Order: sequence, then structure tokens, then C-alpha cells
Amino acid sequence: MAKRKTLAVVTGVSGRLGQLLARRLHREPDTRVIGIDRRPFLRKPSDVEHLRIDIRRKACEDLFRTRRVDVIYHLGLMHDPRQGVSEHYTWNLLGTKQILEFAQRYDVPKVVILSTGDVYGPQSDNPAYIGEDAPLLGAQRFAGMRDLIAVDMFAQSYFWKFPEIETVVLRPAHIVGGVRNAVSNYLRLQQIPVLLGFDPMVQVLHEEDAVSAILAAARPGVRGVFNVVGADALPLRTLVGLTGKPTWEVPHLLLPGLARQLFQLRLADFPAAELDYIRYSATLDGARLRTVTRWTPQYSVEEAVQAALRAGIFDGGVERMAAGASHVVR
Amino acid sequence: MAGSVVDNLQRLQAVGQTIGHNLATQLAHWTEPERRRTIAEQVAHEFSEASQEVASLLLSNSWRTPQDELERRIAHLLASNNQGPHGTDSFGFAPTEVRKYAPALEFLYRVWFRTEVHDIQRVPEGRCLLISNHSGQLPFDGVAIGAALLLDRDPPRMVRSMVEKFATSLPFFGTFCNRMGQVTGLPDNCRRLLESEEAVLVFPEGARGISKPFRHRYRMTAFGQGFMRLALESKVPIVPIAVVGAEEQTVNLLNMEPLARLLNMPSAPLTPLMPLLGPLAMLPAPVKYHVYFGEPMEFSGDANDDDAVVAGKVAKVRAAIQAMLDRGLAERRGIFI
Repeated sequence: MAKRKTLAVVTGVSGRLGQLLARRLHREPDTRVIGIDRRPFLRKPSDVEHLRIDIRRKACEDLFRTRRVDVIYHLGLMHDPRQGVSEHYTWNLLGTKQILEFAQRYDVPKVVILSTGDVYGPQSDNPAYIGEDAPLLGAQRFAGMRDLIAVDMFAQSYFWKFPEIETVVLRPAHIVGGVRNAVSNYLRLQQIPVLLGFDPMVQVLHEEDAVSAILAAARPGVRGVFNVVGADALPLRTLVGLTGKPTWEVPHLLLPGLARQLFQLRLADFPAAELDYIRYSATLDGARLRTVTRWTPQYSVEEAVQAALRAGIFDGGVERMAAGASHVVR
Repeated sequence: MAGSVVDNLQRLQAVGQTIGHNLATQLAHWTEPERRRTIAEQVAHEFSEASQEVASLLLSNSWRTPQDELERRIAHLLASNNQGPHGTDSFGFAPTEVRKYAPALEFLYRVWFRTEVHDIQRVPEGRCLLISNHSGQLPFDGVAIGAALLLDRDPPRMVRSMVEKFATSLPFFGTFCNRMGQVTGLPDNCRRLLESEEAVLVFPEGARGISKPFRHRYRMTAFGQGFMRLALESKVPIVPIAVVGAEEQTVNLLNMEPLARLLNMPSAPLTPLMPLLGPLAMLPAPVKYHVYFGEPMEFSGDANDDDAVVAGKVAKVRAAIQAMLDRGLAERRGIFI
């Protein structure tokens, strides 16, 4: 009798990272992939199933009731500053709650949740190595982070409530590449703003490395919270220099007001609070994932930056149009 | 809105009252004409001698380290530090940036403060904690210790100081600190730096010590215990350091605490020239620095011991620094010479 194939469910599969993960999983011989996302999945491999439903709907539960799911990759977290606060909260928190409940009710042995390294937040007094047990201060000046912190902590509560499920919470550094997140968009700007007199240390993680880290964390026996760090930290201006684009020096007293105006006028996609990321460091300690799973990043900062710039020219625009108004960043 | 204006006005009034009261007390100290005259003469005499010294140093240009010697020192830093592919370590220290800041550093160290360094060879190789008294309103004592290890020790070492977090959050200065290897003062940062065999400078008096008023000069404030617990935990030797001279570089008549709170600063000293010069009055006078390095001290025991036990060990370090301070004060000819 043929061996039963591993069944993997990927939420947020139509996002850039979801697509990369689905393609990688589908290349593995004994894995079947089901993606969940409201948005269309462009250039979908034919044997990847795509359910265009909202995780919060009942139709989603039918999937778990009728099929034996082995692993859930929960990538479907929304981090679009243009969406309303309540939409954020219900989508992220109720969606995660739903996923974790399915896992518990239908005996899914493994859940990998892609949280974010932004939960720690940039602060002038951050240590150079932020460990997994550091307090999640990311929302103290950036209210838009509250729901993501709530999701992270909610997922953590499953470690002790349901120890039979191997829950993994990943907190990656800034993922850079074809993804449409704040950092990659920042690097794609024509002229890149930096704050006069500030040059914090930053870490970037190539999108392919993010995917391989997610896969490493999905291995049996791995559980807990892990920071995911790619190449070594480098000064922000050095990173910006790698794009070869001109910078724009702005006094930090001026920029928040300006940014708020631009955001409201829809001339910029960065909420003013995100400016703290180009002002203060938030560099993570990635040692834990590397020792536990032996995962190592394969891409350099240069490669990540090039991937981001390439995507800006080619497929990014098309995908964005297709995704329409509800663009989930990861 | 109106309430906050009233609040601020009241706060300003409180500042005014404190300043007035303290100035009156200060003036009372200086009313003996005899004493005033001798001090003024002494200062004038020393100051003229010091300015001649500064002038001749600047004219002869002998204060600069030769370029090849500086390059050799930078090369050594590059070899002994683990930078990533982009030239900085994970704390943001970029050894090549030393090239950019060396002239300013040397000017302060060799010309402005004409620093005399004693027993620098006592700083060992490998991990160690450098513990010093802290004074002078602005941390030029840290600059002098850093410059001494960088320019006058063989082989050179880059001091990694634990800097007050207010300072590292500032534009320009924070970035400068970061590139020059100075890090935000957190126990975790210190532990990591010691693990990678660095020499970490800690001022256990912290902001308390550096901002103390002029009348308390050379009376060290209370030492924090954090450094000793770290030394016990990481099993590192402690090198006591005394900086003599920095206390007189800026005369702090009083700390305007309400103003400091208002501006979110660790302290806001009032100096005699401030009404004339504003913030420029914080620039240091060209006093003469003496930096004494003591014998490394080894401590053993439980890092989580009771405060009383740790306090005993801290007191030994403090006493060693006090002894060097006393020696320095007895040995020096004057404030500026």
C-alpha cells in the first residue's frame, strides 16, 4: 500500500510568501498542499488545491472535518495599514483562534504561525540581541501592531493549554524580496528617505530563507517561539546604499508630521509610526532556531535587496492589481 | 490645554525659585575676599601656562599620531574584532570609522586635555571590565579612557562603554557612539561583549556621578552593583580606573532638576557662563587630565548573592579608585597644568 501523503494547509497562500511556500511544498514528493485565501492564486501549480474562502467561515471547518491535516502553516495575517483597525483585529485574531481551534478539535499535530519580529518594536534602549523572552513592546508607539502582538501571545497560550499540538511561533526579521511589505516597499522607493543623524542597525531576511526557516520549524519535535534572522545586521544607510538609489535626508522632527500628511493623502504607504524603524534598532537574536533546527540562511543581504528591486520592476505590479484592495502583505 | 499651560508656568516658576535659592547659597561660599583673590590668581596663572602649552602643541603639530601608525592600529582592531561583511559587528562598531574620528579624538586627548596616562599596561588582554569614577557633566572622561587604550596601548584595544540610553537615542551622537563601538548600557549587551573578549567600560556612578555639582567634586557618589554581578557571572577581572581633572572642566552650580524633567534629559546643570553662552557653556575648560589604571582585581562568588555580600566587593573596587584619586590629587601641580 502506498504511503499516505502528508497534507499541509497553507493560509494566506496567495501572498508572496504563501506562494513560495506552496511551490516549495508541492515539489516535495509525498506532500499535498491545500491553500486558503480569499485572493486569487496566480500561476498556481496544478496540483495545489486553492480554497477561496475566509478562514472565519464555516466552509473552512469542513476542510478539517473531512480531511486529515498534518500541518498548518498559518501565514494569513494581515498587516495592511490601510485596513481598518477592527478588520485587522477580527481577521488576525479570530482567524488565528479559528486555526488553532481546528488544530485542537481535529488533531492536527503541528501548527506553524508566522508572527513577526516587529512585535518587539524599535527602541533606543533595545539590546543588540533581542531574545525570544523579551517583552513585546512593539505597540507602545505603533498602535497598528497591537493585533499582531495579541495573535503572538494568543498562539503562545496554546503551548501549555494543548501541549499535544506542536505549536511554533516564528518571529522573522524584516523579510525582503518579492514580498510587498513595508521594508521591501521602502527599498523600492525612487529616492529613499533616511533620518538626519540616525543610522540604526537592521536585519533583513531573504524571502527564500524565510520559507526554508518555516519548513525547518515544521519538522517534528520543534516547538516554541523562534526569532528568524538571516544575514548579519548592518547599518540602515549601508542597506539603502546597496540599492544604488539616492537618499533623502529628513530631520526627525519634521518627518512624522510630513509622513502623517502623506499617508492621509494616500501619497505614501507608510504610517508615521513606522518611521521608528529607520530611527532605532530592533535586532533579534537568531541563535535559538539555528541550534534547535540546524537551519542556516543561504542568502546575503545583497541578494535580498536585488530580489526586492527585481520584483518592483516585474511581477509586483501585476500581482498587486490582481490582489486589488485587500492586499495581505505576507 | 489651558491647564497644561498653567502647569508648565508653575513648573517654570518652581525652576526659577530653585535657581534663585541655590545661587544665593553658592554666593555665600564665595564672599571671603581673601580666598577669592588667591583662587583667581592661581587660575589665571595656570590658565596662561596651559594656553601656551596648547598653542605650542598646535603649532608643532606633534600631537597627531603618524598616519602609518594609526593605520597599523586600525588594522589590529580589524583583526581582533568580528565584523560581518558590511564592516560592522552586530553592535554597529565599524573599526574603519576610527579613521574619520581620530583627529577630533586626538585633539581632545592630547591637546585640549593634555592627558597624562599612568600604568596603561595593566589593562590585560581578553575580557575585562574597566571601572572608573565619572565626572565632568559631559562624558569626556570616557573619551580619554577610550583614546588612551586606542592610541597609547600596545596592542591597541577598543573600549566598549556602557552608555546612558538617553545619549544613544540622540541623532548624530547616538550614531557616532554606535559606529565607534559604544553601546547602550544594558546588562545583556555587557554580557555579550564580555563573551566576545572585549574590554567593557562601566561608570558605576552613572548619571548621578557625572552630573554632581561642583562643590561635591572628587567625592564619588554611590556605586551601582550591576557591574560586580556581571564580573562574578562572567568571571572577568576588574581594572579600576581613576580620572583626575574632569571634575573641574565644567562648573556645575546646581542641577536644574525640573528643567531636566521638562526636557526629558538625565540632568540639566547650570554653569556660571550659561546666561552668556547658553548650551555652549557646557563645553569643557582645557583642564589637564590624569588617567590612572589600577592593578586588575579578581573576584569570585555567587553573582546572585545578597546585596550586602556584593556591596562588600563593590566597596573594594571603590576604595581602589578612591586611593588612586587621592594619589592623583596629591601629585598634580594644578587644575590646568
